[in-house]
Amino acid sequence: MDSSEKKQLFLTANRIRQHIIEGTFHAKSGHPGGSLSATDVITYLYFKEMKVDPKNPKWEDRDRFVLSKGHAAPALYGALAVRGFFPEDEIQNLRKPQSFLQGHPDMRKVPGVDMSTGSLGQGVSAAVGMALNGKITGKDYRVYSVLGDGEIQEGQVWEAAMFAANRKLDNLTIFIDNNNLQIDGTMEEVNSPYPIPEKFQAFGWNTVEIDGHDFDQIEDAIAQAKRVKDKPTAVIMHTVKGKGVSFMENQVGWHGVAPNAEQYENAMNELKAQYDALQAL
Amino acid sequence: MADVKKIATREGYSDTLVELCGEIPNLYVFDADLAGATKTGKVKKAYPDRFFDCGIAEQNMMSIAAGMAACGNVVFASSFAMFASGRAFEQIRNSIAYPKLNVKIGATHGGISVGEDGASHQCCEDISLMRTIPNMTVIVPADDTEARLATRAVAQMHGPCYLRFGRLAVPVVFGSDYKFEIGKGVVLSEGTDVTIIANGLMVEKAIDAGKQLAAEGISARVVNMATVKPIDRELVLDSAAKTGAIVTAEEHSIIGGLGSAVCEVVCEEKPVPVLRVGVNDKFGKSGPAVELLDIFGLSAANIVATAKKAISLKK
Repeated sequence: MDSSEKKQLFLTANRIRQHIIEGTFHAKSGHPGGSLSATDVITYLYFKEMKVDPKNPKWEDRDRFVLSKGHAAPALYGALAVRGFFPEDEIQNLRKPQSFLQGHPDMRKVPGVDMSTGSLGQGVSAAVGMALNGKITGKDYRVYSVLGDGEIQEGQVWEAAMFAANRKLDNLTIFIDNNNLQIDGTMEEVNSPYPIPEKFQAFGWNTVEIDGHDFDQIEDAIAQAKRVKDKPTAVIMHTVKGKGVSFMENQVGWHGVAPNAEQYENAMNELKAQYDALQAL
Repeated sequence: MADVKKIATREGYSDTLVELCGEIPNLYVFDADLAGATKTGKVKKAYPDRFFDCGIAEQNMMSIAAGMAACGNVVFASSFAMFASGRAFEQIRNSIAYPKLNVKIGATHGGISVGEDGASHQCCEDISLMRTIPNMTVIVPADDTEARLATRAVAQMHGPCYLRFGRLAVPVVFGSDYKFEIGKGVVLSEGTDVTIIANGLMVEKAIDAGKQLAAEGISARVVNMATVKPIDRELVLDSAAKTGAIVTAEEHSIIGGLGSAVCEVVCEEKPVPVLRVGVNDKFGKSGPAVELLDIFGLSAANIVATAKKAISLKK
């Protein structure tokens, strides 16, 4: 990808991060930390990779995306809004009774959401079902899913992993958002799933490890996943929880807490400054 | 009764799935390593490209089925009632029912009549669990005829559905002229003193109980209520008004199933005595199915006794 393309992705990701802060601030709740860590891959997918049509969200041949870590909904909503699935203004109504933007993604309410998620471990299985449909029907769409690193403590993830490999679903690529923090502490403190790549390899998957905030590495990982035949791919992304907002970065406390007014100001000022600096490049 | 044909409802379910595969090109059948017992193995044999065995992983099966349905397919997912409704309860709730996806859960081996396998496999809680989920339709066919018609009917409706079938061969009580409609109960015989509302294998026992009561001069209306949700409120209220007392009969816990559904309607709109015949808040145990049904009070004799008690409670 050339530098202007990359710059545009950085700017788009920044805009989505601003939506995450805005949405959770106005909702007075939500999950900013894990939304910010997953923002870059979601940006890359919706703005560089996936065949989707905001005018026809249910287009049969579209690529599918399942946010298995459904609590990162603000990142997905931000991406869908900026991509044109619904007006960006709606983000301010996140989690409010009059809004279609539920706390966790609802495929029946939000244009562009391919699967309702929120209960960890289930989204990835649904993504497997969509990939299976692609194989059965001979369609060439691809299916992407983002999982939390804590999420892979759910046994269902490994049931899905076994099935996807057994059925040779090479049209499926999942991303593990490995920010190393979950609600109750670090992964090691709570219940370590490490080493992650070896576990997926043992289940018959192709694996790639990348910096989840580096668009070149995300691009290479997806290209590699497309080249590998007969195996699904798991991309283990090393990420920073709260990425982009300095006082949230690597802080476990920012898993499920919204910024207060002062924190909101500071976060938005920091993100806007990053945006201006990027644009000046 | 000696020459009445007996057949397990799981047979009609799976035979109909095979027929439906020939009629609906995007219908798929999933199982969790129980294809021999649920009888979906018939689909595997007749339409191998429509059948997917997910292995012993019911939770994954339900969510994969949801993903397939999200792509526009009709999916039947089968396992034993215990593992479908119990193990995979939350997947059914969150992956299937919340997004109102077109997945039909064909659960076999419901209730005490599983027999020798015992309590771990005798699910008497599934109707209660499934009934509480929004968007869910819950159906308990009584015999082979109804099992076939219900399977066909749910394939045509859009949205999630839970169908409960049995392991035990049970008498075929309905003829080829029987009409099944989702959400509609059927009056099998008219009566004025009490109404027996039954489903599943208890329908045949309810018919028998009605005859025994008639011999004693008691006039019982007998109703087959295959659809537990949405319950046929009109027929329940009509029965309450016309007979003034109701007995429910189901191969399920008395908590949360057909009996509860009938009580809810009657209490709110036309209070009359309702007594419930079912598994009385107990786990099952091993033994021949037919003997177990008697041990747990799932018998015509118990329906008769309970009907008399219900009549005595009338004001």
